[in-house]
Amino acid sequence: MTALLQVSGLTKLFGDFAACRGIDLTIRAGERHALLGENGAGKSTLVKMIYGALAPSDGKIQWQGQLVSIDGPKVARALGIGMVHQHFSLFDALTVAENVALALPGAMPRRIAPRIREVSKAYRLEIDPEKRVHDLSVGEKQRVEILRCLLQEPRLLIMDEPTSVLTPQEADALFETLERLSGEGVAILYISHRLAEVRALCESATILRGGELVATCDPREETPDSMAALMVGHAVEKLVRRSSSGERGPARLKLDGLVSGRLRDIDLTVHGGEVVGIAGVAGEGQNALMAALIGEEPVAPGMIEIEGQKMGQASPTERRLAGAAFVPEERIGHAAVTEMALPQNILLSHHRAERLVRGGWIDTRKMRNWSDRVRSDFDVRSGSAKPIAGSLSGGNLQKFVVGREILRKPGVLVVSQPTWGVDPGAAAVIREALVRLAEEGAAVLVISQDLEELFALADRLAVIHDGSLSSPETTDSLTAERVGLLMAGAAEVAA
Amino acid sequence: MEAFLIALLIAATPLLLAATGELVAERSGVLNLGVEGMMLMGAVSAFAVAFSTGSHTLAILAGAGAGLIMAALFAFIALFCLANQMATGLALTIFGIGLSGLVGQDFVGQPIDRLAQLQVETTAIGRVLLSHDVLVYFSFMALIGTYVFLNHTRAGLMLRAVGDNHTAGHALGLQVRMIRTLAVLFGGLMAGLGGAYLSLAYTPLWGEEMTAGRGWIALALVVFATWQPIRLLFGAWLFAAVTQLQFYGQDWGIALPSQFLAMAPYLATIIALVIISQAPSRSRSVTPAEIGRSFRAER
Amino acid sequence: MISLERRSGGPSALMGLLSPVIAIGLTVLSGAVIFAILGMDVANALSIYFLSPFLDGYSRSELVVKAVPLALIGAGLAVSFRANVWNIGAAGQYTLGAIAGGWVALSFPDATSAFWLIPFLVAGIFGGMAWAAIPALLRTRFNSNEILVSLMLTYVAALLLDWLVRGPWRDPLGFGFPQSRDFAEAFLMPLLTPPDRLHAGVFVALVAAMALTVMMGRTIKGFEIAVIGAAPRAGVFGGFNQSRVTWFVLLLSGGLAGLAGAIEVSATVRQLQPDIAAGYGFTAIIVAFLGRLNPAGALLGALILAVSYIGGENAQILLKLPKNVAYVFQGLLLFFLLSCDTLIRYRLRLARAT
Repeated sequence: MTALLQVSGLTKLFGDFAACRGIDLTIRAGERHALLGENGAGKSTLVKMIYGALAPSDGKIQWQGQLVSIDGPKVARALGIGMVHQHFSLFDALTVAENVALALPGAMPRRIAPRIREVSKAYRLEIDPEKRVHDLSVGEKQRVEILRCLLQEPRLLIMDEPTSVLTPQEADALFETLERLSGEGVAILYISHRLAEVRALCESATILRGGELVATCDPREETPDSMAALMVGHAVEKLVRRSSSGERGPARLKLDGLVSGRLRDIDLTVHGGEVVGIAGVAGEGQNALMAALIGEEPVAPGMIEIEGQKMGQASPTERRLAGAAFVPEERIGHAAVTEMALPQNILLSHHRAERLVRGGWIDTRKMRNWSDRVRSDFDVRSGSAKPIAGSLSGGNLQKFVVGREILRKPGVLVVSQPTWGVDPGAAAVIREALVRLAEEGAAVLVISQDLEELFALADRLAVIHDGSLSSPETTDSLTAERVGLLMAGAAEVAA
Repeated sequence: MEAFLIALLIAATPLLLAATGELVAERSGVLNLGVEGMMLMGAVSAFAVAFSTGSHTLAILAGAGAGLIMAALFAFIALFCLANQMATGLALTIFGIGLSGLVGQDFVGQPIDRLAQLQVETTAIGRVLLSHDVLVYFSFMALIGTYVFLNHTRAGLMLRAVGDNHTAGHALGLQVRMIRTLAVLFGGLMAGLGGAYLSLAYTPLWGEEMTAGRGWIALALVVFATWQPIRLLFGAWLFAAVTQLQFYGQDWGIALPSQFLAMAPYLATIIALVIISQAPSRSRSVTPAEIGRSFRAER
Repeated sequence: MISLERRSGGPSALMGLLSPVIAIGLTVLSGAVIFAILGMDVANALSIYFLSPFLDGYSRSELVVKAVPLALIGAGLAVSFRANVWNIGAAGQYTLGAIAGGWVALSFPDATSAFWLIPFLVAGIFGGMAWAAIPALLRTRFNSNEILVSLMLTYVAALLLDWLVRGPWRDPLGFGFPQSRDFAEAFLMPLLTPPDRLHAGVFVALVAAMALTVMMGRTIKGFEIAVIGAAPRAGVFGGFNQSRVTWFVLLLSGGLAGLAGAIEVSATVRQLQPDIAAGYGFTAIIVAFLGRLNPAGALLGALILAVSYIGGENAQILLKLPKNVAYVFQGLLLFFLLSCDTLIRYRLRLARAT
């Protein structure tokens, strides 16, 4: 039997840099095939070439035994290749039906609405075709993405990190749908770095590292450790949870009935010497919480206390002067200004807090010294001596913005997604620095979607769901399953 | 009253034509601040052709063509060279002011025949509605056509899609740059027609900078209409009514110096912008999300 | 097929400086094409337009006189654009500056002390600031588009001036011309090299542009403006306030435009007339871009754009070209500049035809 898709020697060069080099990949009809690799291993580049969004520099693609040239997503779809993107490629201002119609040649929204209803019922992906995408939840948006693919009756469905936005329970429902599709003969190419779910779902796997293929295997016969070792290239040190001393210092950050945006009545106290984690899938109110904490969105004075001072109305600068520091989730354009040099990016958050400005004049030398310290202490690497922030890699920029705040030795540090899109080495550096800061007496609050990370870092853990925060519990007493239920909004789970 | 309503429909036409074109461009995600310049080139080209050939048909085509060429210049710089759209639009306006002055220097003060109007002797309502020239009726048809195109055709859906999220559009295989180029060209064609209307019908004369800010008012109209074609109509009538103040104000006993009456449309534009940006924002923003942003396909 | 490829090492600084030079060259080149199309002696026309402004002392001083208001407005706009605030109604703020200064001058027709120049210029600054405060207020309070509001106010300002010089402020001895009485001697900018019109406003422009350059490069205020313009969310994260920056840059650019208006009526027109603005609002936008949105760069940009005016005036007399032809060259210059600027961030690449 000929393979559905056979890729050989596929290569993509960006300038001198090979994002993918000589990749071979074979997928049969109905096969559930995983594509594994760390960030930057070349997974996205590979599937973008298969989906026609990138043109290969070299290599060939055979579809059902025929040599094909996939010149664009349109060609891919015509062949029967569908893709669900990690960052949704939906049109917010358009309705569900309009979004689906755009992906089907010649379709008009009004005429395909009945079919959307039909298919959504059949695969238990309930959705109203007349609703605007803007008004949908994250989970619903993913359903629209999947529906859009299914209506094209694909032979191969590419899923790019689909569970990163889902609760464990939502993910289970997705796996059921995918298994059913594969039973009907649809091949699935499943991209992930979550090894457990790959083992549960997939029957074969291709592992990439540094743009090259390093192994193919049957994930059911591997252990997560053995696959992780293949992905990283050496045995990985498991995140070992530090033992919590059980002793807590004074309350340094206190939220009292915080209401802002979609946040509802949030209470939380973070003491000196502890790391508190906030778990939750994307878009449950983390952004509103971060904005309120930084002071970008002022609230009633008593709702936020920093070092015993009521600071709900205080500006970010005043909060920094009181000893707080912040690292928002988005590096580009929020934590850092990409078109400015690194010393200027120090100035961004330190101008008054670290006295880099005197009488309105910038102390250029002090600013540069700061920048040099962060670069050497956190091993921030760059191609040139005076780089702009935008030219650093994601991991290095993250080390820079985290390091910038940690080196201030703040009494309170609030950090969101500390290791998002960061390579394992840099992630280890960042996590270690956060723990060390807490050990030195600071109150550290970590907001993250990465449960593994939170379990490793946090002394106590709370879950944010639909703008509400569960009451924090000691991490030792929690199981991943219970956190998953809380993430899905089952607030009244019996302890 | 009858004369006022007829004059109102006439004064609304150039605004309506230009605003309809700009609305389509903006829905595709492109902000072209060069409307004033495109209108001026449309006006002078139409006048020059009418004056030299006597043919109004050719003149109208010349006006549309001039707007189209100006828009092509914008498309090249803003969409192909990825320059800042606001700066490019300003350059287009400045260039249009200059070039129309240069082209039109021999035509200043020359007379031409006005664009022919229907002559229907019926009731007052009939005269208000049926005593106009071809461009007045065309402006209505273009507006309705634009409404149908945007909301009921697949091509219109594609255009709205790239205006909402060009990255997603590209991922679906939509030709973002091509769609935007066509939308900008349509905008230029309509602005050219709006200019042609000024020099062929509104005041059948050519004068330097005769658009007097109408291109900018058309831009404001699109905001005022919250990017909905049919609302443009009411906006254009409202502004035309205000413009007519300077001619009818004295008759109506408004004892203000003429300069103050002439300020009315500009002040009305500002007030309209304030009111519309004040309106409680609905759950989703009405502004095309990608407006003014450059897009380059990575392949 | 030529395609663009992002420069791997970030924006090219060299191209940033080279781009204006190439753009100027291309503008002169297209000038030759336009003159050829018009059936003129190309060499002669080019030399009248682009060279004659440099050839004699009088023209050179006129060049600088023209550059003064352009530099003042352009330097202010450069700062405003850096904050991503699009004040394109500088002509209105300039007009209000002239009106406010004119009001002081006309109120004290018997003034003799040169001290009077100070309240005159201050009034000009306040006039421009007041006019710019309207888009600032509407932008920060109601989120109204500052581009359209500031531009609409330009037309309103022109009509206001028109009414003043035809109505309440008309010179009773002016034979019915729309103009005010002449300002008293005390309100005239001191001339540096009489009888040429080169005046002390040059120093004002120099000081203003230099001060703004220092502000942008060395002070936290300048940093605040640049951050809010480049990445507003990062600016808020840094503790800066977007509304405050919007107010600041509009009042700054409006005040400088108003100052330019006051200086211009005091130094060259010496009375109020309806058409004093001469399109400076738009031209100054090009000045700002040509100066790389750097206030000191605006000085150079203003001199170059002044050529288009002086050359245009010479061409009007000697070649019978309309005065608006200056805008053709200004528009082309900005087109070429924007196109060349593409090469700062991208390089051209010949790709296989598809």
